[in-house]
Amino acid sequence: MLVSEKTSLTEEIELLVQKYGNDRSSLLKILQDVQKNHRYISEFAQQEIARLLKIHPVEVYSVVSFYAFLNSKPKGRNIVRICRTITCDMKNKEAIAKAVERELGIKMGETTKDKKFTIEYANCLGLCDEGPAMAINERVYTKLTPEKAVEYLNSVK
Amino acid sequence: MENKKHTRKGDIIFSDYTPGDGIKKAVTLSREDILFEIKDSKLKGRGGAGFPVSTKWMLAAAAISDEKYIVCNADEGEPGTFKDRVLLYEYPELVFDGMVIAGYTIGAKKGIVYLRGEYEHALKPLEDYLQKMRDENLLGKSILGIRNFNFDIEIFVGSSAYVCGEETALIESLEGNRGEARNRPPYPVNTGFKKKPTSVNNVETLCCIPHIVLNGGNWFKKFGTGESTGTKIFSISGDCEKPDVYELPWGTTLKELLEISGAQNTKAVQIGGASGQCVPKAQFNRKLAYEDLPTGGSIIVFNESRNMLKVLKNFMEFFVEESCGQCTPCRIGNRKLLEGVNMIEKGEYTFTYLNKLKELGKTMQVASKCGLGQSSPNSFISILENFNDEIFSYNNGGTHA
Repeated sequence: MLVSEKTSLTEEIELLVQKYGNDRSSLLKILQDVQKNHRYISEFAQQEIARLLKIHPVEVYSVVSFYAFLNSKPKGRNIVRICRTITCDMKNKEAIAKAVERELGIKMGETTKDKKFTIEYANCLGLCDEGPAMAINERVYTKLTPEKAVEYLNSVK
Repeated sequence: MENKKHTRKGDIIFSDYTPGDGIKKAVTLSREDILFEIKDSKLKGRGGAGFPVSTKWMLAAAAISDEKYIVCNADEGEPGTFKDRVLLYEYPELVFDGMVIAGYTIGAKKGIVYLRGEYEHALKPLEDYLQKMRDENLLGKSILGIRNFNFDIEIFVGSSAYVCGEETALIESLEGNRGEARNRPPYPVNTGFKKKPTSVNNVETLCCIPHIVLNGGNWFKKFGTGESTGTKIFSISGDCEKPDVYELPWGTTLKELLEISGAQNTKAVQIGGASGQCVPKAQFNRKLAYEDLPTGGSIIVFNESRNMLKVLKNFMEFFVEESCGQCTPCRIGNRKLLEGVNMIEKGEYTFTYLNKLKELGKTMQVASKCGLGQSSPNSFISILENFNDEIFSYNNGGTHA
């Protein structure tokens, strides 16, 4: 990480701490915003959050490593999550996953070389009445076919 | 996602309601009167555990503290349930009016909705709705012009962890920690969010409150059975023509549920999601009620073409991933049960070992720290027992359930 990147990240985190307060209960909100802006929470970011909340960096890491939507390793700009839980599984989520894998030339859990997409499985997205379902970042797409899933993927910049 | 509010019909939650009416009625009553009506209604928690709401609220109301909290549990993570998503999108007036009435009754000034990370798409419409309530003086300071009646609601978005649906894990998460269940006692009604008295209630439970306040506990009891009063919102999915949410009185049989949802050639029904039990055809006359088949509302239908071992594998993979790892029975137990499923799949098992795994499942039911590990062996035990003929003559087939 460049020094200038570090400075701007520190400034960003300082603003978040100002916005949410420096209480421990602000930790998840701060982490979620950093995750949203950078698609991961770097070790440096975790240390800075810890410093500003006056807690040990390992406390921050323990939280980042616990939640499925928080990552400490870099990911693509867009995170694609395909629901793998029972109802979507019965509606052949496998075909959706295969189509997405073929189209992007990567396997589930991987990131494209241009860092545009990370694809992964998610546990129940709560869209069982409209499966198979997937989410691209915060948006959800339902009643998918392999072709439609790829179409949605291509509509993302 | 389609908004089907105008087509929905039901006796309680899906009946007509003018936003704000529940709050307007509540403020004409004393806190004791409201608690009495809720006690009279025998309303039980709709998240799955079925704890009496009046007991929880009475304890929270009686707790002496300058700060109390109402938390709406919208961490709907159980496979096969999506009713809370529908309620939050289509009936936010019931959820939030219910929370305001709860705040009035137990003396809390703040409400928090714990919205699961997967439902972040609902955040904007919910926040817009809250703002509308503030504009109409149904939320915020001096609600309806009543001095000292201050109550506001904040929405907290989770970051995806199934275990946070357990109320003490949810509170840990709100406090900025890993979502690990606490030892109980103390219970949240005494020592909850930030160590203050906190009532955690499911979305659907809160939706019942405005109707009980308006119509009384006695009216509510007219629906359902003696022990299971009122109605339940069922999320039906899987092999049926009309997967959707349905409001039906407690006591409805599985058979009726299958007819309503247009299910055909049904072999089995999973009641209560992955953590529930799998009921075979021979028992479709059983009733959905706390006294027979209790459920948080997740109903997954399997037709004759489904492979129950693959279904079980999907469930066990879910639990291995979602166990928080805090206590040993759950962390190791779920792995062992999944290994057992894989052994059956490969044909490398002995019945002696499988019986040991069922024993292990029973140990997990009593020795796990929270509801996750206490209920995760349910499907393993019920599927192996109810579908043994199919499973042990199983030939390795397709790739999905």
